[in-house]
Amino acid sequence: MLRFILKRILEAIPVLLIVATITFFLLHHMPGGPFDTEKVTTPEIKAQIEAYYGLNKPVWRQYLDYMGRLIFHGDLGPSYKYFGWSVNELLAGSLPVSIELGIEGMVFALFFGLIAGTIASLRKNTLGDYLPMSIATLGICIPSFVTGPLLILIFGIHFKWFNSSGWFFPRDRILPAMTLGLYYMAYISRLTRGGMLEILSQDFIRTARAKGASGWRVMCKHCLRGGLLPVVAFLGPAISGLVTGSLVVETIFDIPGSARFFVTSAFNRDGPMLMGTTLVYAVLVVVMNLLADVAQVWMNPKLRFE
Amino acid sequence: MSAEPPIVTQHLGEIEPGHSLWQDAWHRLRQNKLAIIGGIFVIILAVACFLTVTIAPGTYATTNLALGATKPSLHHLLGTDILGRDMLARILFGGSISLSVGLVATLVSVIIGVLYGAISGYVGGRLDVIMMRIVDIIYSLPFVIFVILILVVFGQQIILVFMAIGAVSWLDMARIVRAQVMSLKRQEFVEAAVSLGLRKRRIILRHMIPNVLGIVAIYGTLIVPTVMLLEAFLSFLGLGVQAPMTSWGTLINDGRKSMEEYPWLLIFPSLFFAITLFSLNFVGDGLRDALDVRASKD
Repeated sequence: MLRFILKRILEAIPVLLIVATITFFLLHHMPGGPFDTEKVTTPEIKAQIEAYYGLNKPVWRQYLDYMGRLIFHGDLGPSYKYFGWSVNELLAGSLPVSIELGIEGMVFALFFGLIAGTIASLRKNTLGDYLPMSIATLGICIPSFVTGPLLILIFGIHFKWFNSSGWFFPRDRILPAMTLGLYYMAYISRLTRGGMLEILSQDFIRTARAKGASGWRVMCKHCLRGGLLPVVAFLGPAISGLVTGSLVVETIFDIPGSARFFVTSAFNRDGPMLMGTTLVYAVLVVVMNLLADVAQVWMNPKLRFE
Repeated sequence: MSAEPPIVTQHLGEIEPGHSLWQDAWHRLRQNKLAIIGGIFVIILAVACFLTVTIAPGTYATTNLALGATKPSLHHLLGTDILGRDMLARILFGGSISLSVGLVATLVSVIIGVLYGAISGYVGGRLDVIMMRIVDIIYSLPFVIFVILILVVFGQQIILVFMAIGAVSWLDMARIVRAQVMSLKRQEFVEAAVSLGLRKRRIILRHMIPNVLGIVAIYGTLIVPTVMLLEAFLSFLGLGVQAPMTSWGTLINDGRKSMEEYPWLLIFPSLFFAITLFSLNFVGDGLRDALDVRASKD
């Protein structure tokens, strides 16, 4: 198990280096510099600015400088747009919000997805099965940028139960978390139902029942562990999806997270900021994939021996 | 009956020509009502979209500032937007863009995926290991983020949207084709081709790829909705299709901004988009279930 975790970490490092390298050189070829303003600047001033940010050095030197600072100091460099601010400071202020949103979305998806899926599997081919599963099909087909505005329209504007945007009160978390988690809730409920149905028909469950174990005990001890395997396998892709999904949800609900930097810094030609945001999101995706893989092996003894 | 055996067999041959895989599949597909309804809906919609573009190319951009945003009426079936533009025309025009992105990007991804998978699967050995390792690495990269990056770096041109989306969605196709090719290449007709002295390139192009096209077509239809979703996502963030052109993602984003006053500007494009995605998914699933008996059992 420990060897497996180590191996996965060693595999993740080159992936992150590749991401950093590709991003760096892509951004280096970005047309239009960060300091192209309407104001006419003299060549001397421009040279001063470029020297200040080290842009007068050859590309490979800039690349090595950047990577060196990143790896040894975790320094993402200064922002071009927000003068005097470093990318680290800007992200430190906004990333917790994005992470909170992601966790809330995931909790929503897992909680309701697992419950709906389990109920559906126990009430197979009855209304308690068809109703949640039809809702799940809807949730899978409709993207978050459609459900988000519709949820605001219904619950924010029509019923006035929630604020239609903002991030001030605990109440403000509900609609964004729902929008972000809906797709994953739907998927998880379908996976749970499928996994549980397969386990419920197995001999060892019958044996447990025959030995007189109560319904709840069978459920918790035997079924969930096996039935949830497909769900755990889905967690990796789900979490990377949540990271990109938060881009949309933060835009819809005007949430002060990191996602807005992604789009605005692109329009501002703010290279370091864009680079920093990309790297942070890439790290999130890669680390979450890693955790999901580890969880999968830990849950499934069959995989442990491979 | 057994008095004239030759005639009987001939007779049988006429009435009962045997069920090929495709006939069976077609039969199963026809049983799947949702897939058929979805397919018909998509076809009608596509015809309507492309007819609007060819017959009345300018209508989606014709403004009527005096009229402004109006509710659905007899004159404008789905209402008008803030600039007095007819929503039905805009939705159909946006639909033609969204559908073409779906088709072209799918085509790009299918071409890359099929060639990559076929080469990797047929050549095998060390090349196969390296090629599949590359796919694994690309899998673990945060894709959507790269697409966004490509679009902001190289500008938001529609052709780039096509290419970028196509270039990131070929991985599954490559894996499927590789698996198919690996089982195909051990069959006799390949041996025959090899013994006739055909080169690898020719075997791959003439014998491998035509034989996997059926599976490719099916999984290709499942790529279309995901690709359309990605395009709408990018347009929603303001990175995809740019004004004055429009796509469903752009329309939904515009509608969202004024949904308090004019909810129909949000509701209609969302409805069209959702129903189309729904239908495409049903068609894709239906096709897959019809051809792949094993997968359809669950």
